[in-house]
Formats: sequence, C-alpha cells, structure tokens
Amino acid sequence: MNIHEFLASPPEASKRTGPHDRIVLSSRVRLARNLRGMSFPGWAKKPERIKALETVRPAVESLEQMSEAFSESMDNLTALDKQILVERHLISREHAAKNAGSGLVLNREESLCVMINEEDHLRMQSLRPGLQIKEAWQAIDQIDSLVEKKLDYAFSPTLGYLTACPTNLGTGIRVSAMLHLPALVISEQINQIIQAVNKLGLAVRGLYGEGTEALGNVFQVSNQMTLGELETDIVERLNKVLAQLIEHEENGRASLLENKPKVVFNQIGRAYGILANAHSISSKETMNLLSLFRLGIDLGLFPGTARSLVDELFLITQPAHLQRNYSEKLSADERDLLRSDMLRERLRSVSRPHTVPATPTSSKLDKPTE
Amino acid sequence: MLCDICKQNVATVHLTQMVEGKTKKVDLCEACSKEKGVDDPTGFSLADLLLGLGAAQEVEQSLPSGEAKCSRCGFTHSDFKKTGRLGCAECYTTFAEGLEGLLKNMHKGTKHLGKAPAAFRQTLDLSDKLQSLQVRLDKAVSDEQFESAAQIRDEINSVKNQITELASG
Ligand SMILES: [Zn+2]
Ligand SMILES: [Zn+2]
Repeated sequence: MNIHEFLASPPEASKRTGPHDRIVLSSRVRLARNLRGMSFPGWAKKPERIKALETVRPAVESLEQMSEAFSESMDNLTALDKQILVERHLISREHAAKNAGSGLVLNREESLCVMINEEDHLRMQSLRPGLQIKEAWQAIDQIDSLVEKKLDYAFSPTLGYLTACPTNLGTGIRVSAMLHLPALVISEQINQIIQAVNKLGLAVRGLYGEGTEALGNVFQVSNQMTLGELETDIVERLNKVLAQLIEHEENGRASLLENKPKVVFNQIGRAYGILANAHSISSKETMNLLSLFRLGIDLGLFPGTARSLVDELFLITQPAHLQRNYSEKLSADERDLLRSDMLRERLRSVSRPHTVPATPTSSKLDKPTE
Repeated sequence: MLCDICKQNVATVHLTQMVEGKTKKVDLCEACSKEKGVDDPTGFSLADLLLGLGAAQEVEQSLPSGEAKCSRCGFTHSDFKKTGRLGCAECYTTFAEGLEGLLKNMHKGTKHLGKAPAAFRQTLDLSDKLQSLQVRLDKAVSDEQFESAAQIRDEINSVKNQITELASG
C-alpha cells in the first residue's frame, strides 16, 4: 500500500476532534532514544545506519499497536510522498531529506509515528487532536516501555537517555502543542505573551514561515529543557501554560468583539471576499486568510459552516497536497491558479459572513448632525 | 617568549583583550602580526584572532591531556564544534568535562530525573535499598543488637547478589 492510500483523506483527517480544538489544533509528545554501542545516525557510516535501521524497524513493527502500520524505508518514498508527510506534520523536514538507512513506521490511526535514524536512532511521536498532551505522554510512555524490552537503549543513570544533540539529553522528551492564536496577533499582544512564556523555559515559534513571521497565526509551544526535570513535571508545566494561553486567546476574542468589532468584521469579511473570489493566490496568503475565516467560524459569522472545512482547506492548499492531484510537475504560478480555483469552488456554498447589526453608537454617526 | 601562532619566532607584539569577561592574551612575532592584520586598526581580524585562540585555549583546558577523541567512534572535539552533535553514546564519557558547563547552561539540572529503562530502574531501587540496610546495620551494631545485625547482613548479601545478577544478565 502506498502512503496516499494509507493516509486518511483530507476531509477525514480534518474531522478529527479533541478538547479545546477551537484553539489547540494538536498535541504531540516525542521521545528521542538511541541504541547502545552504535554511532548516532549523523556520524554513522551508511552500513552502520542500515544495521541500526534493521535492528529498530522490526522491533517497532512487532508492537501490537503497530499491527496495521505503514512501514517503509525512506528511499522507497518519492519526494512528493515525503512532502505530503511533512504537510501532515508526521515527519520532520530533516527526516524528509533522508534516504537509504532511514525509515518510518506509522500506525493505522496516525496517532503514533516513529522516525528511524533521523537525528537519533529513534524519534517516537504520539499525536492527538486538540489539547491532549497528558494522553499523548501516556501513549508514548507505554510504547517506549515496550520497545525498551526489545532494544538495548543508550542510557546513563546520571545523564539519562543519551542523544545525538545535548539539547535532548536526559528524558529525550519534547512536548508540544500547535495553537491558533489570531486574536492575540490582531490585538498585538502576541509578542508580550511569547516573552512571558519564554521566561518559563518554554519555546514559542510560528509553525509556518521563516524567522519571526507566523503564517496562519499558528504557533507551536514546546519545552526546551530535557535534563534535570521529570517528564510528568514537564507535561504538567506545559499543560498549565496552554490553559493560560487558551484563556488569553478567548479573552482576546471577546474584547476584540466588544471594543473593535469593525476591525474584526473588516478583516474577516475581506478574507472571505478574497478566498471566495480570487483567481490566483499564494500559499502564504491562503494560510493568513484561512486563519481569519477560521476565526469567523469560531465567532459565529458563518452559521452552518463547520470548522473542519477550514482545516481541510488549510491542508489541501499546501504545495504537495495540491501537486498530488496532477501528474505533471506544477510551477508555483500554476499552483496559485489551481489553489484559487479550488478555494472558489469550495466556498461557493458558504454565504457571506453574518455580522452583528450596527450598534447604537455607530448608527448615531449616520444621522445628519443638526 | 615564542609567538603563539608560528611557535618559532620571538614574540614582539603583545595583545590583551577582554573576551566574555575573561582577559585573553596573545603574543605574536612581527611576521605573524602583519599577516593576521593585527597592525591594521580598522581590520576585524584582531577580535577574530583573539576569539579563535581563546576558544581553542578553553577547549584544551577543559579536556583531558592528549588529543580528545572518542575511542569507540573516533569523534573529536572539533567535530562537535562543527556540528553541535556528538558521535555516539560513549562520546558523553569522552567529552564529559567539556560538556558539563554546556549542560548546566542548557538545562534545568545536570542530573537525570525521570524514566529509566526497567533494568536500570531495578538496579537503582536495589542500590537505594542497600544504602538503607547499611544504615540499619550500623545502628544495630552500635546498639549491640547482634542478632538483628546478623539478619540485616544476610539481607545485604542477598541484595548484593541480586545487583550482581542484574549486571551480568
Ligand atoms: Zn609568528
Ligand atoms: Zn563516540
């Protein structure tokens, strides 16, 4: 079975729901592990990497949780397959660049994904929709305890799990959540909040886009420190911060509606106008406008339109997802045309945003002065 | 005094500069100071030169004598500086001294807390048990409770045997 047949279709994938998924798109816990007595993948010569893959892959495949898994060596995936996996957030860009000697095992539900010979011999990830980092930790902890019986991990009682990069040393854990924070961006509170979260030892970065720009107002929050702290404490701390971020975003939305309704309605209305009528649109612009469309749905401006429509459009307008419907290689310009065709088609059944009737103060402005 | 760069000619140019709060001293010969642009006040090479030598000195100081190279995988300290990654698990032992300061800055602590593979967990639990038995033994002996001391000794031996078994198996 190839990866396109294996993966849930974009409409199915977008219908997954979880707690607080209005704001928290997904939760993830990743554990880094290595084999004793073998060089880390970045330093190992090809035969040693292949040997590590041949040791790890059957151990992971044999888990009951992986009974109907997709398991493949990276050299058997095309560049497009790999890009699709990146756009689904299942593998890293770094892993997508790997070939022979690296592999991937993904369970049937797409909730467990093991990268073999990325930066470490094993990068085991547990993925959940919405805010479920505790559940994700429990799931990956269980997998790790099963894998540990089959493989000899590199572990030191003082330094913990030994990893290729010292930044992952100790627990090897990276707990993260993807958040949609449009109100904090519109109200220009986001930088202040990022700084406050950084002070707690957590990293916040835009998930899409380079440097400080955050396309689609999607941010990833994750722990930075992995040594000298219990996994459960790290999970707990992130959970608390996420609860606060959700509250800030919800308050931000409420206060925007109360204090600057025209700013919000204007941005959402224009986003709808362009998405529903453009004849060429870049991936960047699409992400930013879909974010506003999503906000509009959350605020009740598009009754009858499900949030999953936006999430699906977010996915299928990405370059690899767009490309896979066509056999010939599309140029960026061609993709912009096809993307806009797709958006116009899908938004045909979505009516213009319902905005609240003008408030008494603004209607006063329309009256002629005496 | 010999030149820090060529280590052949007598040093006639002596430079000091504060780098990251530490005083770095470089002694150069006439030829090397010209070649490195040290006599050119507008050049940036002075700072680079001082930084470069400073970093090398620090690495030499923090590493055990001889060339630091992982005996299992052949990874060297300069490989680490280049990539920011280590070669294998053994490298953590080879470069332990050099890594300590780095880990202190990077993480909450330098001692692992949290999950351990089951085999290690048992050993850790047993060594905790051994310690507390030892304390009880000392107390029993000092209280002249020889009967219970003998019992505790038996327990200690059995725990020690378990640890040996785990280590060999
Ligand atoms: Zn010289
Ligand atoms: Zn090594």
